[in-house]
Amino acid sequence: MTETGPSAYERFINGIIPENPTLRQLLGMCPTLAVTNGVKPALTMAGATAFVLICANVITSLMRKLIKPHLRILVFTLTIATFVTIADRFLQAFMPEMSKVLGPYVPLIIVNCIIISRCEICGSKQGVKVALADAVGMSLGFLVALLSISIPRELLGSGTLLGLRVLPEAWPNWGVQVLPPGAFLTLGLILAFVNWYSARRAAKV
Amino acid sequence: MEYLAQLMLIAVAAAIINNFVLHYFVGICPFIGVSRKVDMAFGMGCAVTFVISIAAFLSWTFTYFIGRPGAPLTTFIWRQVAPGSTAVIDLSILNYIIFIFVIASSVQFVEMYLRRFFPPLFKAFGIFLPLITTNCAILFACLEIMKHVAGASDPAQIWGLDKALTLAIFGGIGFAIAITIMAGIREELDGCDVPKPLRGAGITLLVAGILAMAFMGFTGVDRGLETLILGK
Repeated sequence: MTETGPSAYERFINGIIPENPTLRQLLGMCPTLAVTNGVKPALTMAGATAFVLICANVITSLMRKLIKPHLRILVFTLTIATFVTIADRFLQAFMPEMSKVLGPYVPLIIVNCIIISRCEICGSKQGVKVALADAVGMSLGFLVALLSISIPRELLGSGTLLGLRVLPEAWPNWGVQVLPPGAFLTLGLILAFVNWYSARRAAKV
Repeated sequence: MEYLAQLMLIAVAAAIINNFVLHYFVGICPFIGVSRKVDMAFGMGCAVTFVISIAAFLSWTFTYFIGRPGAPLTTFIWRQVAPGSTAVIDLSILNYIIFIFVIASSVQFVEMYLRRFFPPLFKAFGIFLPLITTNCAILFACLEIMKHVAGASDPAQIWGLDKALTLAIFGGIGFAIAITIMAGIREELDGCDVPKPLRGAGITLLVAGILAMAFMGFTGVDRGLETLILGK
């Protein structure tokens, strides 16, 4: 089996901006919308997802010659579910408050399409080094996307960042930003901005 | 009466007040991906409701009898293996893996069953079935049921199969309602002059935001219903 495909460095860079999992590929919308009402839950979520993504991608890459093609999705999902259980138990033990805030969204990492698509596209086809670089790049891309939504939401919704007061006390909190509609509106506008910016850059070149 | 009222409160809360898509953000992928045409969206909604009830039934059975602290079946087996032991057996660490396994296999079985016995129905929503495996709405319903079965501190508070199925079916109906409304709006949007960067997912998300605001208007309906039915 010859292995062709992008090199480790290309995979790494692609994940952060050019093929950003959330903003360009529209994957993993559920946690993106649900946990971004504050920067702290967003960071925790990005960390947990990164752990699962990196472990699952490396393990899939190690097993790639053993997996039968028609069973691969099942193998991916069970691998992911195992690591999600570990991450969930870890959060419950060491960050019980954060675990309560994130609630069902930690186990929902299992069905996060980012992870399964990386296992399918990269992990099951390329070597460990490339898979690791790919997973780290994608995790950073996911972190960038989560921060780009959670920072405006927390700033406008409660005038704070990471729980610290940033805007003056007189700031009228935009209540809608911390409620579900704020998530949809912010992500919609950020997607519009990304599309506008990339179209403008493409037109210049 | 009180029993019916409880079920009804769970149903209304799952379908409308805490709508799966617009309040919990689960099932966003099909909500954006399969909401271009009303009939497709409705088919997807029906397929999800169908699978969600089967998965909820299976996962409730697993959680209740095996995957909770002090579950009857595990305790029984442990007593056979180690007579005289009084340890509380907790297999809930296996829950996530079992749930995803249950969902994947029930989707497979539903697909085979429909293809064999209801070909027209299979033609109508067969294409959605593989997509449903990674639909977070299904896993979310299983997790909510698990929270009320394995996480209940008071044994009297543990949900029975009736409540679990009510939550799952009406959660699915809520998903169907949301995705059908969305598809209706998107069909009308085809005739509108949407700014170029917003086309596609952008405008869909903005519309979903406004829909979510509309659904927030239902907050408190459950309390009102409770007073109405029970006369408290």
